[in-house]
This record gives sequence, structure tokens and C-alpha cells, in this order.
Amino acid sequence: MSTFYFIAFLSIFFSILVISAKNPVHSILYLVLTFFTFTIHYILLNAQFLAVVNFIVYMGAILVLFLYTLMLINLNKEAEPVKPFMVKISAVFGGGILAVALVSSLKSLGVSDPVVLKDPNLGLVKNLGKVLFNQFLLPFEISSVLLLSAMVGAVLLATKEKETKATI
Amino acid sequence: MESLTHTIQAVPLNHYIFLSAIIFSIGVMGVLLRRNAIIIFMSVELMLNSVNLLLTAFSVYRGDAAGQVFVFFIMALAAAEVAVGLAIIVMIYRNTNSIDINVLNRLKW
Repeated sequence: MSTFYFIAFLSIFFSILVISAKNPVHSILYLVLTFFTFTIHYILLNAQFLAVVNFIVYMGAILVLFLYTLMLINLNKEAEPVKPFMVKISAVFGGGILAVALVSSLKSLGVSDPVVLKDPNLGLVKNLGKVLFNQFLLPFEISSVLLLSAMVGAVLLATKEKETKATI
Repeated sequence: MESLTHTIQAVPLNHYIFLSAIIFSIGVMGVLLRRNAIIIFMSVELMLNSVNLLLTAFSVYRGDAAGQVFVFFIMALAAAEVAVGLAIIVMIYRNTNSIDINVLNRLKW
């Protein structure tokens, strides 16, 4: 039980560091640590498939993509321009109000039931695969089309338009 | 693995909701605070992940595997979104030599 609270504390701590770090590279590295704590949360919930997918897709693929983009865009020469102080205060105030509103509205529900793992092989690949390929087969196939179209779109957006300029 | 999953047996569902709400709010704060487009993107990822954690917690609480399948779809969607979004950021940088979002306020109309 105390493991959950320790990992939850680490998640909040690292996610605050993500938005407060001055250097964008440090920010990405803190995001890696935040996602690692999320992976530990998934393991604690016995969602082993999601833990592995989170580890590979988020920490492996997406954050490497972020890091490469950041290094492609050379930001070292000038620092990020800071917002005015009043804007910062109001941003923190707005986010804090959102957090307080959500937490206090949930506080009124009182103590809820503990999360108990009824079926120990709920999050295993065997069980999830059966659900994915019977009940959710069509969304699964559509998501492959989505990934293909995203790939084509990303390549189209990021290439330089030399040929079109030459024709004009 | 069995001993690990026994450690969460006494955590109330409310605490998972609190954790997700706090991390979601931190993501909102990051979007409002920063001017670097990449860090705004990372805050959006933070929000997506907090929702993923909440869906998984509810899935375990209800004993329903559909929630975890949904998280899997959200991850596929996030990968597509990041690829397209970062391509747009690279294009913006090529055109304006900066990824400060205040440069983009000419997109208003």
C-alpha cells in the first residue's frame, strides 16, 4: 500500500519538474522518469501488457521522437522567452483551481471501495488478446489505417517543398 | 508478481482518481505556463497518460478488460498524434525560425 503512495509522490514530483525545468532537454528526461513511474503503476495494477507497451511505445518511441525533434531544432543559442509574471501567476492559479475543483468534488463522495484484483490474469496478453481480436477487431484494423495515414502525413509535412517551387 | 499486486489491495479507488486529477492539472498548467511548443506538446502527453492510468485503475476495479483495450487504442492514437504534431512543429520552425507559440498569433483569423 505504501508503495503506491511513494510512486504516486514520485509521479507528481517528476511531472512538476517537467513543466518547470528551464532546459527543454532536461524537461524531456524528466518526462521519461514520469512515464517510468506510470509503468510501475501499471505493474502494481497487474496490467502487464500495458506496462510493457507503455515502456516500449512511450519511453522508447515517442520520447526518442521528441528528443530528435528537439535536437533537430537547435534551441541552444537563445533561451526561451519567459511569459510576464502576471500571466504565470494566473496560469498556476487556473491549473490549481482545476485541481481543487476536481479533488474537492470527489472528496464529497466519501471513502470508496479499495481496488481489488478480482481476476489475476485480467491484464495479461492472453486475456487482452482475446478481447481485442473478438470484440474490438474493427477498431483495431481502423487504428492501423490511422497509423499509416499519420505516417504519410508526417512525411508529407516534414519534407521540404523543393519540387513544387521548381514547377512554379 | 503476485506479491507486487498484493501491495495495492488496500488502495481506495478515490486515491487513483486524485492522482490522475492532480497530474492532469499539472498538464493543464504546463500548457498555460510555457511558450515552447514542444513542452506544450509534452504537457498534452502528460494529460493523456493520467487518463490512461485512470482507465486502467477503473478496468481493474470493475474486472473488465475493455478499459485496458481502450488504453491500448489511446496509445496508438497518441503515437499518431505525436508524429503529425512534431512534423508540424518542424515545419513551423523552418518557416519562422522559432517555436515560440506567440509567433503563431497571426493564425488567429
